[in-house]
Amino acid sequence: MGFIDNHILSLMTFLPVLGAAAILCVPRGKDDVIRWIAAAASFLPLVLSVKLLYAFDRSVAGVNVAGQFQFVEHYSWIPSINVEYFLGADGISMPMLILTALLSFLAVIGSFGIEKKVKGYMALFLLLETGMMGVFASLDFFLFYVFWEVMLLPMYFLIGIWGGPRKEYAAIKFFLYTLAGSVLMLLVLLALYFNTTNPETGGHTFNLLHYMAQSTHNGWLKGFDVRILLFLGLFIGFAIKVPLFPFHTWLPDAHVEAPTAISVILAGVLLKMGTYGLMRISFPIFPDVTRWFAVPMAVIGVINIVYGALCAMAQSDLKKMVAYSSVSHMGFVMLGMAALTPTGMVGGAMQMFSHGLITAMLFFLVGVVYDRAHHRQIDGFGGLGAVVPVYTAFVSFAFFASLGLPGLSGFIAEQMVFLGSFDVFRTIVVIAALGIIFVAAFHLWALQRVFLGPLNPKYAALEEINAREVFCLAPLGIIVMYIGVWPMPVISLMNSSLVHLVDLVKAVI
Amino acid sequence: MFLGNLGSLRYFLPEIAVTATILLLVVLHVASNRRTSAAPALLSLLGVGTAILLVGVSPAGGGKSIFEGMAAYDGFAVFFKGLTSLATVVVILMSMDSTELAGRSQAEYYIFLLATLLGMFLLSSATDIVMVYLSLELVSIPSYLLAGYLKGKEDSVEAAMKYVVYGATASGVMIYGFSLLFGLTGSTQIAEIGRSLVAGKATLPMLLAAVMAAVGFGYKIAAVPFHMWSPDVYEGAPTPATAFFSIGPKAAGFAVLVRFYYTVFASPTPGTGIWHLTTSVDWPLLFAVLSALTMTVGNLVAVKQNNVKRLLAYSSIAHAGYMLMGFVLLSSAGIEAILFYLVVYLFMNLGAFYVVVLVGNGTKGEDIADFSGLGSRAPFAAVSLAVFLFALTGIPPFSGFIGKLYLFAEVIHRGVYWLAVVAALNSVVSLYYYARIVKVMFLEEPKDTAALPVPAVTRAMLVLLVAPTLILGVYWEPVARIASNSVKMLAF
Repeated sequence: MGFIDNHILSLMTFLPVLGAAAILCVPRGKDDVIRWIAAAASFLPLVLSVKLLYAFDRSVAGVNVAGQFQFVEHYSWIPSINVEYFLGADGISMPMLILTALLSFLAVIGSFGIEKKVKGYMALFLLLETGMMGVFASLDFFLFYVFWEVMLLPMYFLIGIWGGPRKEYAAIKFFLYTLAGSVLMLLVLLALYFNTTNPETGGHTFNLLHYMAQSTHNGWLKGFDVRILLFLGLFIGFAIKVPLFPFHTWLPDAHVEAPTAISVILAGVLLKMGTYGLMRISFPIFPDVTRWFAVPMAVIGVINIVYGALCAMAQSDLKKMVAYSSVSHMGFVMLGMAALTPTGMVGGAMQMFSHGLITAMLFFLVGVVYDRAHHRQIDGFGGLGAVVPVYTAFVSFAFFASLGLPGLSGFIAEQMVFLGSFDVFRTIVVIAALGIIFVAAFHLWALQRVFLGPLNPKYAALEEINAREVFCLAPLGIIVMYIGVWPMPVISLMNSSLVHLVDLVKAVI
Repeated sequence: MFLGNLGSLRYFLPEIAVTATILLLVVLHVASNRRTSAAPALLSLLGVGTAILLVGVSPAGGGKSIFEGMAAYDGFAVFFKGLTSLATVVVILMSMDSTELAGRSQAEYYIFLLATLLGMFLLSSATDIVMVYLSLELVSIPSYLLAGYLKGKEDSVEAAMKYVVYGATASGVMIYGFSLLFGLTGSTQIAEIGRSLVAGKATLPMLLAAVMAAVGFGYKIAAVPFHMWSPDVYEGAPTPATAFFSIGPKAAGFAVLVRFYYTVFASPTPGTGIWHLTTSVDWPLLFAVLSALTMTVGNLVAVKQNNVKRLLAYSSIAHAGYMLMGFVLLSSAGIEAILFYLVVYLFMNLGAFYVVVLVGNGTKGEDIADFSGLGSRAPFAAVSLAVFLFALTGIPPFSGFIGKLYLFAEVIHRGVYWLAVVAALNSVVSLYYYARIVKVMFLEEPKDTAALPVPAVTRAMLVLLVAPTLILGVYWEPVARIASNSVKMLAF
């Protein structure tokens, strides 16, 4: 077991891609073999993530302290330019690693219904999982960037080949937006590389922890104007991924056209990478600019909340509504983070985790009805509650979780965000709190139009949700409920790291 | 200090091997002119293979000036000889696969190809302006013939004609610039010219000379605004020849560009890896602007193309623009970045052309629409092409990203931020047109669903081109070290 314990993060990252390689060797036509290999290749990281959860020491912070990272793997990769293979986990990355492992496995199971080019689909999906795990495990900026970009290609094909009617447009739009963000990140990465020195070797470095120690910065990098530029470069790169207003326009297209399981991954994991990047990279490296930019970030967060909710309300397509609800919910993350208080920060991170679960449920559920009715027009249904009661129960549960019903995880997260940010930006928080009304409104209104009222006779024989679909939804529902009642296990997972992060950002340099 | 003619021969073995092969091909051509014979191709392979071997075992021991100062023998030249011969080997194999050339005289084609290779060898080592001019012409003239090799095909003839007219004009302007240099200094040796030019004196003639030389070299590497010939030539020429133009002469052009400007108009500051300008002519700024223009024009025009060869022509213009960034930085790391880029560019660009040849053989067409559904008609070739195209875009984990990384890194290191931003935005634009090809291959249903045959030899060649494109994206230390050593041994 020594090997597994020493390389647990590497295994979580690369087992999926090994599975992809195995799938490519399976002869054409054996679709079931391919599906089960994919399931196994995504199940193993999930098992490892549970092991990770039990082995994780919740008392140490990590963030910028090299000695406090856990499950560390640190090797030299390209010595001539000091690229390192540096993986490690702390309270910021732990929830994300677990979320990624869980959603990836469920998404593979949810994709068992795919009949077209199964081999390519599963291979690309597993490659995508490797990219996601790698992003959350990397502590070397170069490595982080490579994993970040590795996700683009599979995502392009997964949307472009298996997507809906406007898949080609959606796929290239997603690709171009994200690449535009990443080249900005690349320039910042290079600027950081050349203007910092590794205190141990005296050479340049890609190690994120060295960047966080401000003493490694040279004179140029200490200039506040320069720091603002670099921070904004990174911020735009991450904001496109979140996506924050006004960079969100790729999201409705990509989420709506993507196949169900890919929408789940997009909304459940990929969006979180933007805010994760801010926490992992931007905030600790540029604490001074973070404080300077806190109010604009809060304002952007509120715009996301209100604007996203209003857009969601205006949609006639159920999936598009869910997509815009993500815009709104990610605004809470941004607001909580911008407050720079421990409660706000934990609330934001909690919202990342909770939204990952809830939105995954929502997209799965939209996929269920689309598979049967072949459309998603909210006004095209009516009275489904009488025909498919179990499905209706699941949708109601997910909708209530999404609108922040007390007792479910979304409520905890949003309350912590409000508590943490109210003292810092009162007006902004009041507006955000009013935004909750819109959030509740579009959920309830949609629920009413689809499930209540007179039955649309076209769907009198609609098939009830099946066992495989319940298998994807039930674990998510249980966790949402569990956290809603007893959030401590998740909070304690990230608390030390996030409190330390807030201290780090608040400390004057 | 200079080696005499006989003493130089032991540093000239690869050139001798290529020359001998050319002569043998001529004899073979006279003896038997069967148009289907594979003998000329095999003989050329043998000849170039020998040349590579000789480049590999060539005597080490720092830089030497050979043939009474006409050429240099140094790591830099050796690097380019290896690179261009490697490209030639791939192009020979590609030509054997192509149906475009079937039924035409084989020996002549390979004679022209090898003559160009000989020219590129000389061009990358020339240290005398007369030698620079002669070897540039030795590269150009067989290239014209290659471009027009499809006699009777209108495009091909037009391509050759355009190539000749542009080429003649450009080299005329260049040699006028050279004559100014000779008039100012009384020497034809570039090192001697560099030593004689004095800052502050005769600024206008020096500026003219620098600009006029730029016309000749800019034409060879197809930099904007001297790129007009390349789309037509690339489209009209037989595809393997196009592939050859996109890497061989371009690489040799960069070699002479670096050697000429870094010797005549700059001089190294010892121990720093940095050059400083010796005259008041700010040619780095001139080329920085050209670089930005070249990549922007190349990428923006490529977006509009429907012919894949033409698209790749504009893409190769854009790539010349990226590589020019390394040239303007006056640092050895900048030159290293160019050399590294050329290596990864060799594999990804030739790979892309290889698939174009394959599709051309199967569909008799080279429009983007002809690639539709390639993902199901020839999955292996389609996936390979996707890898090459994404590598050209510069997306990790492919080698093109590492190439761009080195270029961008040095640009930022030297503080030319505006150029880095222009280049970064250009990368995004380039994704759009590369992805168009990928889109029709995988996202669209084919008009004709019959499987395209991919012969086993072609499959093996594609593997040999895909492998470095993938491996160099993950582990590239050895190539970076070779590039770095080659620049260290840049002796002028």
